[in-house]
Parts: sequence; structure tokens; C-alpha cells
Amino acid sequence: MAYNWNWEVFLQPSATGEGTYLSWLLEGLKWTVTLSLSAWVIALIIGSIIGVLRTVPNRWLGLLAATYVEVFRNVPLLVQLFIWYFVLPELLPRGMGEAFKQMNPLAQQFVSALVCLGFFTAARVAEQVRSGINSLPRGQKNAGLAMGFTLPQVYRHVLLPMAYRIIVPPLTSEFLNIFKNSAVATTIGLIELSRQAQQLVDFTAQPYEAFIAVTLLYVLINVTVMFLMRLVEQKVRVPGFIGGK
Amino acid sequence: MHLAKLLTAALITTALTATPALSQESATLKKIKDTGTITLGHRESSIPFSYYNDQQQVIGYSQEMMLKVVDAVKAELKLAKLDTKMMPVTSANRITLVQNGTVDIECGSTTNNLERQKQVAFSTTIFIIGTRLMTKKDSGIKDFADLAGKNVVTTAGTTSERLLRKMNEDKQMKMNIISAKDHGESFLTLETGRAVAFMMDDALLYGEMAKARKPGDWIVTGTPQSKEAYGCMVRKDDPGFKKVVDAALTKALTSGEAEKIYAKWFMNPIPPKGLNLGMPLSDEMKALTKAPNDKAFD
Repeated sequence: MAYNWNWEVFLQPSATGEGTYLSWLLEGLKWTVTLSLSAWVIALIIGSIIGVLRTVPNRWLGLLAATYVEVFRNVPLLVQLFIWYFVLPELLPRGMGEAFKQMNPLAQQFVSALVCLGFFTAARVAEQVRSGINSLPRGQKNAGLAMGFTLPQVYRHVLLPMAYRIIVPPLTSEFLNIFKNSAVATTIGLIELSRQAQQLVDFTAQPYEAFIAVTLLYVLINVTVMFLMRLVEQKVRVPGFIGGK
Repeated sequence: MHLAKLLTAALITTALTATPALSQESATLKKIKDTGTITLGHRESSIPFSYYNDQQQVIGYSQEMMLKVVDAVKAELKLAKLDTKMMPVTSANRITLVQNGTVDIECGSTTNNLERQKQVAFSTTIFIIGTRLMTKKDSGIKDFADLAGKNVVTTAGTTSERLLRKMNEDKQMKMNIISAKDHGESFLTLETGRAVAFMMDDALLYGEMAKARKPGDWIVTGTPQSKEAYGCMVRKDDPGFKKVVDAALTKALTSGEAEKIYAKWFMNPIPPKGLNLGMPLSDEMKALTKAPNDKAFD
């Protein structure tokens, strides 16, 4: 193929005078990491609450949690993002919607993507928390109750500490997914890593260099996450259970 | 390094399939002759150049010019029947899709510029536009200077985006620039009040206006920031194919056919809303029909 390779393109000053193209990539990396980590915090908190609610002996709470999971898990992520970004501000009371739309566009894009990714991933985390809790023998809960613990205490001191340890490996997958899913924010204009790749293509007409560099940066993020989660896994494992000795 | 091996294999395969067997003859023409098919790259919402009508058929000024090329190719190869395959492209992927052979020719609203010429070849210019602003009639915005400190939208991957970001940096205008993924989304951003103005090629702005719920609410304003030449993109290593394309387009431009097509799309009601863009033939366009060329403006 008649392609003009030019790896030095990253060191060239950008056509708009905003630093070099390498600095564009790093800027994109910064947004991808910030967005994904913040969304992951939301996902863990909401996912844990919903996951616990799915296992409590109360039909209405269980139904509420199940509805949350099914809605957020079954609507495509891209559609959810468009709803948060384009539709919601129109549905809010006029003053609030207008106020949101007059905010700095970057803040609007970031908030929409953050809420969208956080709520979406929360549904998936919730299912793992639920399966973690359900994987424990029923005797553990009953023993806790028999000891005189209240139900919240049983969850806090008996069930959850075990459940979280069991689900570390699938949670790692979700953690990796959130970085990759963060690329949907491109579609509403957030200048994250995959968006910067497209920008680089537009400005330099060097698509292969741009996409290879961005792919390597995603790999770098994910290898780091995998490595850290391995450490967590080893640190928290309980002798006699999965992976424990 | 399993990945590296795969990548090399993929690159070699593309290289092999895309290199002409004989350097003199056109690889693209040979491929079209062998397969009996030509793949045309088109846009989905570049009104009135290349977009879908209600029946999901591709229509527009550039589309009609591209069909002139298809006729010429058919005649050149003396084919009784030539199938056309339509392939939608975006601002972001169009260059790659031409380079890697997915599409043989792309006529939409692609500006011919020097960076792009390093990767692809451009045909004879088919249209000349200026980059301007669209805003609400009562927004009080008259020109680019009025945009300081405001939210402005443009479409990602366009020359307007580049000019706007450069202007923002050079003149320290503190604009918040939103880069939407296509012209439809840019206009949505403008229409929902997220941005006060939309910078784009004037003809496309008129096109978006034609789609608006209330076309009368909007105006196109501001001093044109650049002139741009739209051309069709073809592969760079294939002068034989470019020659056929250029000849077809030059004939259309000089014979008055292009002016008729222009009148149909810019001076008459067009789908989807039957609105008339009312954009008279510019002096630049008149000059182009007298002396067709494939020069970029920058």
C-alpha cells in the first residue's frame, strides 16, 4: 500500500499551535484515565448497594434492584450516553436544563460520560456482588444471625468481606472494560484518548501512527490495572478459598 | 511477539493486493474491470452534496458528479454492465478507506489540502466554498470577533475545526470549542442552545438550515475564513484512474452539465423538506467552470 510512514509526526508542533501532537495524546490519556477512574468509583459504590439489595429478604427492594440492573444492562451504552447528554437536559425543568447547557462544554461532556459509564458499570458490578454473596454457604448468614448480629451487621462483618474477595477476578475484568468503554465519550466530543487519535488523523493524515500509538497507550493502561489487581488479589486472599493456600 | 507478526502479515497482505501488477496500467481500473464493480464512497449527512433521501438512497451534487465519473469509467473499460457498490464514509475514516482500497473513489465534501495530498490524490475540483458561521437570527453575532468567550460548535475532522482552534489560540479568544461527530450533531448542538454558533463550509450550513425545524430562525453570517476546493479522492499511486476521473469531471464542468446540477441542488427545492437553499453560483465557481483544475487553496 502506498503509505507514507512518519513516526516523527508526534514531535511536530501541532497545526493549531497547542503544543506538539504528543502532548495531544497525553492530554487524551489524562481524560481517559480521569474519566474511567471516577466512573469506577461511582460504579463500585452504586453497584455494591444494588448488589446487596438484590440479596436482602425483602421483595420490593429486590425488585427495585433487579429493575435497575436490567435497565442499565440491556440498553446499549451509546444510547444511554445520548440520553444523558442530549435528551436529559431537554427533559429537566427549563432553568436547570439551560444552566447545564451553558456550562463549559468540556464539563458537560465529562459529567454526562461520567454518570453514564458509572451507572452502566454499576449494573454489571451489582450482578457480581450478588453472585459473590450468593456463592457463600447459607449457613454463614444463619450463623451470624444466631450469634445475635443484626442483618446489616451480618452483611458488614460476615458476608461482604468474603464476597468481595471472591469476586476480585471478575471485578478486574469490569475495571478493564470501563477504560475501553470510556471511548464512547468520543461521540459527544470529549477529547479522550481515542478522540485524540481521530484528531491526529485529521490534522496529520497519518492514521497508522496515530492508531498504533493510541492502541499501545490503552494496552499500557490495562496492563497496569491488571498488575495492580493481581497484587490486590494476592494481598486479600483467604487461606482455604479460591487462590488462597 | 504474536501481535507484531499478525500486524506484519496484515500489512504485507494489503501491500500485495494494492500494488499494481504492471506499473503502467491502473490498478483501480483493472480491479473494476475484473470484478465488474466500482465502490463509491459517499457521506450520510452532507446536504446538499451527498446524503440520504427518505428512501435511503444517496443523492446530492457530489453524488451526481460521481455518477458522471462512473459513466466515464464504464465507457473507458467498454463494459456492458458496471455494478456500483455504495459505501458510507465519515470525515474521520474517508482517507483510510480510499488508501486501503475499500472505496475506489469518494465524492462528498472533502477539501483538497496539502496534508491530505501526502496520502491520497484529488481529482479536478468539483466545488468551491467559504467557511462561515451559522447562528440564530437574534443572537447578535455578526462575525467571528463576536464569538470571544462563547461556546462554538464545529464538526470534528474538518478544516473549520482546524481554523477555529488556531484562531482561538492565536487571538486568545477564550472560545469553548465543541467538536461534534457529524454535521447533523453539530447542528443539534446549535439548535439545543449548547453553542451560539456553528462554523462550517457555507454550503453545508445552508444544507443544515434546510433540515431545521424552523429554517427561518437561522442565518449564515461572518467573513469567510478560508476558501476551500472540494475534490473527489482517489488512490495516490494510480495516475491512470485519476486521468479518467479528471477527464469526466472536466467535461461535466465545461459543458454546462455541472451548472445544471448546481442549479438543481442549490437553487431549487431539495429533499428532505423541499427547501430551496437559494445559493447563487459564486464567482469562484464560475471561474472553475471556465478553467477546471485540481489545485488546493492552502
